[in-house]
Formats: sequence, structure tokens, C-alpha cells
Amino acid sequence: MSILTEQTAKQTYPDARGHFGPYGGRFVSETLIGALEELEAVYEQLSKDPEFQAEFDRDLAHYVGRPSPLYHAERLSAKVGGAQIYLKREDLNHTGAHKVNNTIGQALLAKFMGKPRVIAETGAGQHGVASATVAARLGLECKVYMGAEDVKRQALNVYRMRLLGAEVIPVTSGTKTLKDAMNEAMRDWVTNVDNTFYIIGTAAGPHPYPKLVRDFQCVIGRETRVQSMTQIGRLPDAVIACVGGGSNAIGMFHPFIDDTSVRMIGVEAGGHGLATGQHAAPLSDGRPGVLHGMRTYLMEDDAGQILPTHSVSAGLDYPGVGPEHSWLKDMGRAEYVAIDDNEALEAFRTLTQVEGIMPALESSHAIAYAMKMAKDMPKDKVLVVNLSGRGDKDIHTVADLDGITF
Amino acid sequence: MSRLKKRFDALNQSNRKALIPYVTAGDPNPQVTLPLMHALVAAGADVIELGVPFSDPMADGPVIQLACERALKHHVRLLDVIEMVSEFRKTDTETPVVLMGYLNPIEAIGYERFADAAVAAGVDGVLTVDLPPEEAVETSQLFRDRGLDTIYLMSPATSNARLQQICEYGSGYLYYVSVKGVTGSAALNVGEVADKINQVRAMTTLPLAVGFGIRDPQSARAIADVADGVIVGSVLVNRIAELAESPELIPEQVGQLIADMRSAMDA
Repeated sequence: MSILTEQTAKQTYPDARGHFGPYGGRFVSETLIGALEELEAVYEQLSKDPEFQAEFDRDLAHYVGRPSPLYHAERLSAKVGGAQIYLKREDLNHTGAHKVNNTIGQALLAKFMGKPRVIAETGAGQHGVASATVAARLGLECKVYMGAEDVKRQALNVYRMRLLGAEVIPVTSGTKTLKDAMNEAMRDWVTNVDNTFYIIGTAAGPHPYPKLVRDFQCVIGRETRVQSMTQIGRLPDAVIACVGGGSNAIGMFHPFIDDTSVRMIGVEAGGHGLATGQHAAPLSDGRPGVLHGMRTYLMEDDAGQILPTHSVSAGLDYPGVGPEHSWLKDMGRAEYVAIDDNEALEAFRTLTQVEGIMPALESSHAIAYAMKMAKDMPKDKVLVVNLSGRGDKDIHTVADLDGITF
Repeated sequence: MSRLKKRFDALNQSNRKALIPYVTAGDPNPQVTLPLMHALVAAGADVIELGVPFSDPMADGPVIQLACERALKHHVRLLDVIEMVSEFRKTDTETPVVLMGYLNPIEAIGYERFADAAVAAGVDGVLTVDLPPEEAVETSQLFRDRGLDTIYLMSPATSNARLQQICEYGSGYLYYVSVKGVTGSAALNVGEVADKINQVRAMTTLPLAVGFGIRDPQSARAIADVADGVIVGSVLVNRIAELAESPELIPEQVGQLIADMRSAMDA
């Protein structure tokens, strides 16, 4: 592919119908088409509107606290003894994760569309907290759907959302995790479509969500590019991010798509190990199918039923992935690997002890892979890890594994 | 002529409206489905919508979600559902059967293999909830080539331009979703439905069936007055759920619900 076609590909995808090659699209019931068409039209208009852009940028600067630092983890790099590891500090954002970049953007859309009520699905609770936060700020009613299993695992975030004034609805259908929360949120949306904006938390779902969530998250990669040039004098050799639905990863990757010298590596949740089948790694060990309004890689059985997933991190516990990742995988532009629960937990402890930075268990997957990879690389190579969230919310999970109860 | 067309033409000539029950195949176990289908026909059903269980039925309410979960406990696959239709056809060659479900199980076995198997079994139409016309180019060609009807949904939120498009793409009948919501929702407004149905009628000669929110003989009758067909699902599936522990009672009792609606519609 020539540079020109690559640029064209980058700039024009998804196509007008939301397809990334064979992936993406709008596979939803007719009952949702009207709402998606409306959202698409509004977004098309506002994304070109300088006033909307300026308000988004202002909020990112003064409410979220951007730009987030690009931090050279020198002690971690020295301990690993290979390539230099830099961390893009999305954990320092308001609410503690990259999720807020997107909820700020979507809440602005809700405001421009005059919708008084927002709903969201959440896995680890980070997106739920980020949605409840922007809803509080804009005075919107907010309902968050969360798998009953995750409500138990992430009690702290559930209480945070309630303090912020959101109603948290435990979802007891199916596997009681993120995918079921998304089903339930879609059902709410269909029913209350006239007054409700659905804030999807990741770069997945029916068109235009994968595109607009990506656009809002691209601030991560754009800043990283500039910071790399300023701090290192060149682009990194690789950017690494964890992939559940894949919004932090696509936000980091997308601005680098044309920079073919930069490897893009997505790290999926290997759970108990790919060989056990108990994981959440559709790109590593799944096949294309249709779920939640998009065609993408899925974890499914031979009959096309969606399989239960497992990961120690609730935020990666999802059987699908954003469609742009499926496309980047097939084109060979991005690589996708898996890190299992134990490796992620070890990276969680290492980063905490060596750098005094406690990463989210989701982000710990990316840290773990960067450490593995850096070891065998020369010291003048540079890896940037998207540290997508902070680990405070995971202290209970880690304490449980240590046999400690509070 | 397709079985669906023949059936709707015959109903039209006798000035009757189609009663179209939905049940999820394999709910609460695979042995119930065949006798249940025959019981529905005996009670006055004109077309059967047979639900293909899916793990993530996003457009359905809790009633049908739970039906899918009960069927999936018995690992009921799309090919098993097609086999049930094949069994049904051994004794009923007249009643049209429409498979209703989600795209992923069809993708999993492949569009062409699905279409061939469905036609061979005697399936008449396919309603794929999460496959709107713009994503259905490939399937609709395959289905058309084999004489399988493609049934599309329309909703209160569907724009006029789309209604027109859907009328062009659809065959067999058109399925108008009466309320904004998922299956099993309440609050059916017959007046609003009538307005929309009249609007669509000007665009097509296809029969117009209405579903979502029809729960008793009265609402079936009211819809029959304005549409060509009445689709009823959640209220039947609810009864099936209540009888899950004594499945031998299901064909008769669910049949009775249909018989009561039939009488109200024909009165």
C-alpha cells in the first residue's frame, strides 16, 4: 500500500455506512435506525463545527486536565533492561481513566441534541463513573447498566456513581457482565429514544459509535505524537494498549496509522490462558460475526452463540471488539497479543512498586506485554504504553486474591 | 406462488385477518416445539413465527430473553430449528413458517448453507431482527433466488423515505412494530397504529402485520380491524414459562390463548 492510499484509507474510513472493510456497519433492529441516523447527522454537522470543537477542547483542558503527561518510566525500563518504556498517563485524567475523553464528547452531543437523559453501560465502572460525572456537570438524568457480577466486583465504583447522582441498574440476564449491560442499555434506548442519549463507552456498537468514540479518543494519540517529538526527538518504535472494546487503543493507534515505522500492538485479556478458552481475546482466538450492531471478531461457539468470557479485569471482559481493530488486524497494520490474568497482576505489582504508579488491571495487561517485549530490545528503542486508567478501583480485587478482607 | 402469498390471498378472499403466533424453538425443551406448532395451527394460527434462540437478543424484552436462555440450556442450534420445521412439514404442508432471529447464528453456518437448508426443510420466510435492508444485499439475493421471503420490520420511528425502501425490499408480509420498545412492552395505541398502517398501505400491496404489545383477545381484535395480520409473542412465551415444569400442558394451554384470540378476531 502506498503512503497515499494509506492516507486515503485513514481519512475516509469508516465509509459512509460505517464499514471498516468488512467490519462495522449498522446491524440493529429497525427500531433503532432512526436514532442512529439522527445521531450520525448531528455528529457529521458538529464535528465540523468550530464552536463544538472549541468547547470540546476547552473541556478537555480545564475539566479533564489535558494534555496528560508522557512519562519516561526510567526505573521500570532499567529493571527490565531493554527498550525505554514511556507511559501515556491517561490515569491522571479527571475520574482516573481515558473514558472521560469520550463521555465529555458524547455529553456535548447530548446537550446539542437537547436530550435530558443519558444512559450508559459499564464493565469495570470507569465508563459509568465518567458518564455519571459529565451528567452531573450538565444536569442530565443518568442511568447506568452494569452486570450484576460486575456490581459485586466493582463495589467502589458503584458507590461513586450513586454519589454522583446516577442510578445504577444491576443486569441479571445472560452472563451478568458487560455484554449483557450493553444489551440492556440498547433496550432502554429503544424504549426511551425520544428523550435519551446513549453514551456508549467504547469504540464499538453500530455506526456511528465506533467512529465518533474513536474521534473523541484520538486526543491520546495526537498528544503522544507531539510529546514524543518534543521529549524523545522522534516517534516511538511501538505504541501498546490494552484492548477490551478497544477505545483507549484506537485513540492511541489511529493518529499513528500512517507512521508505518511505529508498530501498534493491542493487548487482549488472556484470562486463564488462551488454551483454556476462558479469556476475553476475540482477536487472538475468535472469528468474525455480528453482535451489538457491528460485524467484528467475536468469541462464539460453532452455532453462533456468544461465549461467556473471563478476565480478572472487568473492563476487558467483553466477547467482541471495536470493528476498526478487526480491520487493522486483517490488514496487518496492528498486531494483537494476549496477556493472562497472572501476568497482568504481576505487572500491576511491579509498576506500583518500581514507579509508584498503580495501574488499572486493564492497563496492567499492556504494561505486562511492554515489559516482555522491551526485554529483548536495545536500550535506544522506545515503547509507549497507554496507561489507560488508575488502579484504585481494583484494590479490592487484588486484596481478595491476596486473601485480605477489609 | 409462495406459501405466504397463498395464505394471505386466501385470507383476503374470505375477509379474515392473519393470526401469527411467535414461539421460541426449543423453549422450554426441544420436544415441546413440534406438538406446540401443530396445536397453534389447530387453534387457528395462519402463519407461525418460529424464534431461533440467540444468546444476546438485543431487541427483545426479558420474556423472550429468558425463553432463549431456556432453549439454549438444551443447546438448540439454528440447524436444529430447521430440522423441527422439516418434521412439521411431514404433516402440515400448508401453514407458512417464518424463522425469526438474529444474524449471528446464520453467519456462523454461512448464508448459502442456511438458505439451502431452510428451503429444503420447508421454511417460507426469514425475519432477521438485526439485519436492516442496507446490510442485507447478499442475503436477500440468496433468499430471493430460492423463493424464501424476507420479512422486514418497520417502526413508529421509521422515516417515510425508509418506509418506501422497506416496502420495495420486503416480501411475504411487512412487520410493523407497534410501540417504541422491546418485545413485550405495554402501551399499545391502536389509533396511532392505524394511522401508520394507512400510510404504509399507500406504498405497497404487501400484507401488513402488526406486532409488539398485543396481549389479549381485545387487543388482537382491535389490531385485526386495522391491519392484515396480528402477531402475538410475549404473552404466549409467558404462558410457556409458567408451564416450564409441566411442559406436557403447553400445547393445549398456549393453543387456548390463540383460540380465544381467533374467536375475537373472527367475531
